[in-house]
Amino acid sequence: MLEIKGLKAGYGAMSVLQGIDMQIHAGEIVALLGSNGVGKTTLNNVISGFIVPTAGSVTFKGQRITGLKPLEIVALGIAHVPEGRKIFPNLSVRDNLKLGAFRRAHERIKQNFDRICALFPRLKERLDQLAGTLSGGEQQMLAIGRGMMSEPELIILDEPSLGLSPIMVEEMFAMIAQINAEGAAVLLVEQNVMQSLSAAKRAYVLEQGRFVMEGEAASLLANPQLQQAYLGL
Amino acid sequence: MSILIIPAILSGMMMGAVYALVALGLTLIYGVLHIINFTHGSLLMLALYVVYFLNFHLGLDPYWVIPFVLPLFFVVGYCLQRGLIAPMSGGSEQNVLLITLAISLMIDNLALYFWTSNTRSVDIAYAYDTVEIFGALLPFGRVVAFVVALAAAPLVWAFMAFTRTGSAIRAVAIEKRGAELVGIDVNHTYAICFGIGTACVALAACLLLPTFYVTPQVGYTFVLVAFTTVVLGGMGSLPGALLAGLLLGIIESLCGLFLGESLGQIGIFLAFILILFFKPSGLFGKRAGA
Repeated sequence: MLEIKGLKAGYGAMSVLQGIDMQIHAGEIVALLGSNGVGKTTLNNVISGFIVPTAGSVTFKGQRITGLKPLEIVALGIAHVPEGRKIFPNLSVRDNLKLGAFRRAHERIKQNFDRICALFPRLKERLDQLAGTLSGGEQQMLAIGRGMMSEPELIILDEPSLGLSPIMVEEMFAMIAQINAEGAAVLLVEQNVMQSLSAAKRAYVLEQGRFVMEGEAASLLANPQLQQAYLGL
Repeated sequence: MSILIIPAILSGMMMGAVYALVALGLTLIYGVLHIINFTHGSLLMLALYVVYFLNFHLGLDPYWVIPFVLPLFFVVGYCLQRGLIAPMSGGSEQNVLLITLAISLMIDNLALYFWTSNTRSVDIAYAYDTVEIFGALLPFGRVVAFVVALAAAPLVWAFMAFTRTGSAIRAVAIEKRGAELVGIDVNHTYAICFGIGTACVALAACLLLPTFYVTPQVGYTFVLVAFTTVVLGGMGSLPGALLAGLLLGIIESLCGLFLGESLGQIGIFLAFILILFFKPSGLFGKRAGA
């Protein structure tokens, strides 16, 4: 469904991604692993249209999306839940969710709103609260819920477990499985290697702007090289 | 004494409501686009001329042209922001300051060139009919201005609170990246907001002209007070602008009463300095970083 070929991108003279090939098929969870500063967020921002790549292409459902504006990419069915969440702190939880359907699925806003309330009961209890007053975990749920409001076919989750308590991390991964079960493909960008590989079907490992490993999540989990580098085993 | 003071307070409130309306547009633009808009006064002046010429050439009543002048200036504001200010600023907030100042200087001087510095006013017979309120005799035109200007504020507020475009504006104001992520067209939203701010001055122009005058410099009279109102009310605060506008109108009127008509504006700036001395963030402003 999403196909990336020979992708290079960077900031000014600094190149970050140095030739990347990647596929995400409809309905699967793909984990993107790697430590800080290797280019994971840059890759997300290329997919969602915030960064124009210097070479290569991104196609989504057969359509080339490199060079499209972020709002056009949202309209095609890619939702990006960024690191740092970027929710609207001065708006109520309800208004945050409703704005999630601003560009796409606006005609089914009611059904999707109810669906997300059922998925995140904690948000349902706080619909009239200002989003800025939520706890970190609740804000993360809100950011994901807002992304889900556009009925994405692919949802990019950038570090969803960052800064959450261990119990919330468990809860978060359960929700990601639930979101995927409802039909959306998930690109899961994480530093939490063990749990991401357990949740994902396939995975890519990014180092210095290149993929150094890729394949079935289960076989990567058993790979001694990966165990040594990322799990300290 | 009260026989003088009550009418002065009431007539100050009439003017204050117009200050509040002009400031409402300015604070909206500041609160969302985070820019200091120096064109605001020039656009008020332009609107006053449009209303004046509609009356002079076509005999149209300033109140009845509101449904025409408001959308016209919404479009003017939208195009000015989208077509000129945004592309020329290149995203830098310091540039915006200079660009709006430059545009304002150009509009003012073109007005001076084409329309001369003559003071013009319209002759609407009923504008100076008096209305008696609490024993004070007030011009009908000022009472209309007061009522309509005060009604505009809750309308703008309701638009921001209850419409889809309103929540997009509030979203863009505080979290631009988040707004882009849900597919809001940020540039379009900025321009809509600028258009609404400009429509506010157009409404003020329709309300002012029957009991006021127009010259190419008239914008300064209001924009200086409007900036004071915005800062006093708390930058970006709609209720703050409303309250501060009324307060400044009353202060100006009372100072005019005690110190002489031409010194009324001294009171505005004196009050401004005093209030900021004790509450630097303005009446409704949040502390920096809060």
